[in-house]
Formats: sequence, C-alpha cells, structure tokens
Amino acid sequence: MNTQVPRLRPGFRFQWEPAQQAHVLLYPEGMVKLNTSAGAILEAIDGQRSVAEIIAALEARFPDAGPLANDICDFLEDARERHWIILE
Amino acid sequence: MSATGSSLNNPRPGPPLWLLAELTYRCPLQCPYCSNPLDFAETRDELDTESWFRVLREAREMGAAQLGFSGGEPLVRPDLPELIAEARRLGYYTNLITSGIGLTEAKVAQFREAGLDHIQVSFQASDPELNDAVAGSKKAFRNKLAMARAVHEAGYPMVLNFVIHRHNIHQMDDIIRLCEELGADFVELATCQYYGWAFENREGLMPSADQLATAETKVNAHRERLAAAGSAMKLIFVTPDYYEERPKACMNGWGSLFLTVAPDGTALPCHSARILPIEFPSVRDQSVSSIWYDSPGFNRYRGDAWMPEPCRSCDEKDKDFGGCRCQAYLLTGDADNADPVCGKSPHHDRVLAARRAADHATAPLAELTYRNARNSRVFAKA
Repeated sequence: MNTQVPRLRPGFRFQWEPAQQAHVLLYPEGMVKLNTSAGAILEAIDGQRSVAEIIAALEARFPDAGPLANDICDFLEDARERHWIILE
Repeated sequence: MSATGSSLNNPRPGPPLWLLAELTYRCPLQCPYCSNPLDFAETRDELDTESWFRVLREAREMGAAQLGFSGGEPLVRPDLPELIAEARRLGYYTNLITSGIGLTEAKVAQFREAGLDHIQVSFQASDPELNDAVAGSKKAFRNKLAMARAVHEAGYPMVLNFVIHRHNIHQMDDIIRLCEELGADFVELATCQYYGWAFENREGLMPSADQLATAETKVNAHRERLAAAGSAMKLIFVTPDYYEERPKACMNGWGSLFLTVAPDGTALPCHSARILPIEFPSVRDQSVSSIWYDSPGFNRYRGDAWMPEPCRSCDEKDKDFGGCRCQAYLLTGDADNADPVCGKSPHHDRVLAARRAADHATAPLAELTYRNARNSRVFAKA
C-alpha cells in the first residue's frame, strides 16, 4: 500500500464544520462526522502524496503518538472499502 | 432550578444539519405519489431570490451542511444558478433533486461551474412506456436518459432514484441494470411511503407482501454480485413502513436534524408536516434560528413529554421517537398517537387492513389520481 496515492472519491468533500467542532466527509445526501484521527488522516490526503509520505507527515505532526503506520493503513483500507477514497 | 417540567425532556436540540429547500411546487410531471401537499396549486407566492439567500445564510451559520434543492421541479426557478452559487460559497454540499425535465447539457455545465456538488435524477420505471405513463408525460424517459448520461459525463457523482410501487416493482432487475449502464454511484429504490398524493392513491400503489419479498430477494442478489465485482454502486432499498412491525425513527426525531423550507417560506420539520393541524412559522416573519429553537411548531414533538401510551412507557421510545407524526395523523386523526405501523399501536389494524387490500388490489395505473393543478384544486375546495 505504501507507494499508492489515495484521493477522495469524486463527489466526496472533506471539510471542517465549526458547529460540530469536527471534520466531516460530505457526499450525495450524506455526511459522516469524523473523529480526530480520521480527520487528521483525511486532511493529509491531497491526491499527490503516497501512503508512505502521509505516514511520515502525520508522525512528524504528532511526534508523541509513536508509530502510526498500522493505524493509518487500517483506516485507509477501511475508507477504501467504504468507497470514500480511491487508492491507486 | 426546577427539575420537573419540560426542560429535562426537551434539552436544547442540536442545529439543523440538513436543509431541504423546496423552491417551488410547480412541476411538469404528474406522478401520482408526489409528496407535495394535495392543495399545492393554492401556493402561488414563492420566496424570492434574496429571501432564499437569507435562509441559506442563516441555516449555514447555525451548522447546516447538506442542502437539497427540491420541489416540485427546482429547474423551473430561473434563479437556480444563483442559488447554487451562493450555497456553494457558503460551504454547503449542494444536491439538486430533479426529474431531469428541463435539464439541458448547457445547464448541467452551468451548474457545475456554479459549484453544484451532486445531481439526483429520478426515474419512474426502467422502460419508456411505463415511465411516461407514471409520470404523465410523453417524452419524460428519453429526456431523463439523456440527462443522466450528461450528468455522469460532467463528472458529478450520480444518484438515481426510483420510486417503487406495485406497477414497477417487477422491474428490479431491469432497473438495476439500467443504473449500472448509466454509471450510477448510488441507486435509491424507494418504495412509496404513503403521504401526500401517495396516501390518496395508496390502494393503487402499495405492493403486496409477495411482490415486496421477491423484489428484496432480487436486490440482495444484485448487492452480492456488485460487491463480488468490486463495484462501488450502492443499492439503497427502502421498504415501506406499512410492512414493518416497528416504526422508523422519522427524520431522526422531530426538529432534530432536518429543516424543510416550503416554496412559500413555511418552515417544517419534514416535507410532509404541513398536513398536520399545527401552525408552522414562516421564514418571512422569523429568523431560521428562532424558528428552529423557539417556535411552538418545532418544539411540539421534541423530547418525549408529549407521548401518550403505548409510547410513553415503551423501552424503544428513545430509538424510534414514536415513529412518524404524519402517519399517526393520517391513519388515526391524531398526530400525538403512536405511529400505527408499530405492532404495539392500538391502531395497527389499519396497517394490516392496507396490507390485506394490497394482496387483492387490481386497479390499473390509469385509475390513480394524478398530481396536477386541476386535481389539486379539487382537493383545495374540499
């Protein structure tokens, strides 16, 4: 998975919602409120960076969190199965 | 402070997260299950562009994130591109819920430019003859097909919506194949719910239990096939309330997430609530915030202090909130009652009687009361 580049599925939008104090994922007639870690991972997805680069970026951003590769890969796999993201 | 009274039962609700903007009741189609009010033809005074801008802004400030432009047919509003652009600027995820009639490739592109996120196209059947007979329009199907293709090619995510009833429920295989061919992301196979015109036409629309079971089996088989093929197309099959033994958590609770603003500015907790004998506020007179938090109409069924038995002592009341107020009103004449869909309701026999009638119904499509201005004026007089 490390060399793959994740991007949001077309028509899906990620944004911060002040009223919910959370990141959300918006899609046709639906909305998922994201927890802090899911929000941080999706925020790092820009359609350019590979999974390995996203892991490195998040480990640099949260130095006290320890190794994050497993958690990030699990989340991305889950998000891909839900068809939120495309991994190529 | 007092620990009794309504404050415990009615904590301040969260903001409306979903705004349904019913821009107009005008529509070129005549579907006999339309959810618009029977007397829609009496509504002539639609909100103007500036008023809609204010509604969009106020609801967005409160936290609304999903916005549906609906109707009637929203495409008949000439200011639709401006409304889309303003909504997108405010940060909404914008959905256009359309019959596709009146849509052109130029408009599909223009709306994309304005920032529209998604177009949902509704179909009435998988073939032109039945589709156009249900829609009461001779060219509807051809137009819808062309527009569904244009929507997909323009790069929108696409939801295709089919309202399912006894006259098209046998088409499940064809419908799903058509959706695959058109490249749908989501397919709503929404079995008719009986409000508005659909309630008037219930006997002629409601599928039998056998029809429903056959359709559900087919949908499940297609789901397995699509999953095995790694397809992202999602099938959403909405079973009719009348075949349930427990009611749905209607609108996720009254005044909890959803806010509908009707064409004339009436604010409603759901699009069918204006049938209820409740005075609902208008965005012409009040801010969206005071409507949502303070109006008697929106507070009427929040919490559970209003519930009579069997809901009051039911251990599922926090899960389904007593079901649907409109269904209770339509079937029992009192919106406070438990939704008669519930097996515990003393009025559940009315739902069972409708099921029995569906097993023996024979009325052809042509005998249904079609949704048009002429029929609407008859209801308005009555």
